[in-house]
Amino acid sequence: MPSFEYKLSVLKSGHCVNKERINLDMNLQPGLRLLSNICRIRGFASQVQAPLTSERYKVTRGNFAALNDKDLGYFESLLGKTRVLTEESDLEGHNTDWLHMVRGASKLLLKPKTTEEVSAILKYCNERKLAVCPQGGNTGLVGGSVPVFDEIVVCTSLMNNIISLDEWSGVMVCQAGCVLEALNDYLMERNFIMPLDLGAKGSCQIGGNVSTNAGGLRLLRYGSLHATVLGVEAVIPNGTVMDCLSLMKKDNTGYDLKHLFIGSEGTLGFVTKVAIQCPVKPKSVKLAFLGMDNFQSVLETFKRAKQDLGEILSSCEYIDRASITSVTDNLNVKNPIGDFPFYMLIEASGSNETHDEEKLNTFLEKIMSNGTVTDGTVASDSSQMLAIWALRERIAEGLLYDGYVYKYDISVPLTTFDDFVQDVWKQVGDDVVRVCGYGHLGDSNIHLNITSKTYDPKVTSKLEPFVYEWTSKKKGWRSRPSNAQLEENV
Amino acid sequence: MALRALVGVKRVVDYAVRVRVKPDKTGVVTDGVKHSMNPFDEIAVEEAVRLKEKKIVSEIVAVSCGPTQSQETLRTALAMGVDKAVHVEVTGPEYNNLQPIHVAKILAKLATEQKADLVIVGKQAIDDDCNQTAQMTAAFLDWPQAVFASKIEKEGDGLTVTREIDGGLETIKVKLPAVISADLRLNEPRYATLPNIMKAKKKPLEKKTPKDLGVDVSPRIEVVSVEDPPTREAGAKVEDVDQLIEKLKKLGRI
Repeated sequence: MPSFEYKLSVLKSGHCVNKERINLDMNLQPGLRLLSNICRIRGFASQVQAPLTSERYKVTRGNFAALNDKDLGYFESLLGKTRVLTEESDLEGHNTDWLHMVRGASKLLLKPKTTEEVSAILKYCNERKLAVCPQGGNTGLVGGSVPVFDEIVVCTSLMNNIISLDEWSGVMVCQAGCVLEALNDYLMERNFIMPLDLGAKGSCQIGGNVSTNAGGLRLLRYGSLHATVLGVEAVIPNGTVMDCLSLMKKDNTGYDLKHLFIGSEGTLGFVTKVAIQCPVKPKSVKLAFLGMDNFQSVLETFKRAKQDLGEILSSCEYIDRASITSVTDNLNVKNPIGDFPFYMLIEASGSNETHDEEKLNTFLEKIMSNGTVTDGTVASDSSQMLAIWALRERIAEGLLYDGYVYKYDISVPLTTFDDFVQDVWKQVGDDVVRVCGYGHLGDSNIHLNITSKTYDPKVTSKLEPFVYEWTSKKKGWRSRPSNAQLEENV
Repeated sequence: MALRALVGVKRVVDYAVRVRVKPDKTGVVTDGVKHSMNPFDEIAVEEAVRLKEKKIVSEIVAVSCGPTQSQETLRTALAMGVDKAVHVEVTGPEYNNLQPIHVAKILAKLATEQKADLVIVGKQAIDDDCNQTAQMTAAFLDWPQAVFASKIEKEGDGLTVTREIDGGLETIKVKLPAVISADLRLNEPRYATLPNIMKAKKKPLEKKTPKDLGVDVSPRIEVVSVEDPPTREAGAKVEDVDQLIEKLKKLGRI
């Protein structure tokens, strides 16, 4: 067993080990300042209360009913008093998103445990014309996971049972409220992994991942949720339970309705169970972190990686200087290599360590010797791997430190990533702290982020519709807050 | 008067791996499981490299005892800045039962052979948590030892070492040659950068056997069985103090 002290050294190296309970010795060196920074960032985020969505944006409440005591009575009889919450302190975390950008005014939080309870809730709300906001881990970054007005929040956190895992086929069935990291830990003990992975894994729930068709860091290798989700059980707005929970990889019977629920953000149905195809845990995982001097090198490295690493390439992420400094400066995470305008994170996973090592070394030698890559490092153990991943996974957190974040999750042709960031810089000029781009090179998906010290409508007006027009000119795609009303009025 | 340093590095199961007991209870599963350099040895290597950068040390030799795969661990050390490596090949049942006393004898022999002035190792390995190798090596060499080092400074002809002990920190002076074991807070190991990883391939890696060094590594212990710790039982809730007392009496605790 690793000694308790070594767990501390992992913390020191820059990654917060959420799962392990560690008693901190308060006399420890400044190297452990990181922990206080983590606490500080939580404090910072919660100090700034987001304005009510209904006040900041020109949105009109739909013709829905208002909650009354009779409704509360019904819900209490259905779920019991402890799972029907009306106190403002209980609702606060559910009314505001993780970025503290938007805030709803819900007065009621319901926490069902079973599909039957969700069905009864929706049936009742449908009859009463009460608006509902389905919610999982509330980790979404586009303002889509919280109410706009006084919708009832129905949260899946208590629907966290893993129902089954077929160790032959790798098909797992679980309830929508299972936390992604918990699912991954469960699977790893049985030699499987989840086909998706995101920075929010410690809090995001699989129901939410499916409803938003989350991509993540492994999409390059395992495909999107449309490929890996085999079945979905969802409750449609009138309370009917739609059982599309097939466990078969090949199932051509009838219409493939599950795909409608994947990515429709709860507008067509409330996902209650998921059947997902889990890949076998790779025996060898290697991670390289590279620095290059120009964007052309990024593209060449990516092309080379696909050719030389081939089937073992499992993740290819791109980070620009402005993104990485948000983590190194704001969160005190160490950058293992020097300062470069562009960085790449390349992960290779496979079934044979020697084979993968050889492939990776040949690839690295080539790109170093021909000057494509100026410097880089390969993680030599798990703690270095976690520390390097932190440089990519904690960018969203690091950016919060700047003040207010304008976030755009966009798919545009790969070759235009850096042009996009530069054009946006030119557009916003000095009003901002930074403009940065990072994301999934493998999927042509860039997370464009702009930060300013405080919310500035001048910045928003400079960004929109500029960002959308730029994207459509390149025939790209962008994600937006799910509430269609917000979109109309911006 | 620059010193020559010998650093011991051990290839262990990576700290993040969930270790499983083999079905035949003879040990833990190591096949196909991720291995890496013992974290405390990484700190030892880092310290040696820093001493070299400060020109206190002129040459660093890394040593690892084990099967062929130990060479990977040595390559990591070379990539971090070590000059040469020695792989002492130990395989099979001798490797499975290799104990700190064997390794200490090997390190002592090599220290003499390599004309080392300083032997640095990690304070303990994360697989056996023995914390014996440094101390035994010092005894075999009849050299002073400074274990649990959290700071090392050259002072005159010797070293001033700050040690982490139960009550706090202890500062001692040791004459050279000496044996040091690295503790957690000694330093933060560097990442091996690609140019250094490439250079490491060309650095000399010598292979030896324990016999070459005149060390007998036949097992001195026999592993009887390796088992999982007992699974933690669920707790029970009681309504009040009376029930608590009743329950404790029933369990024979009071």
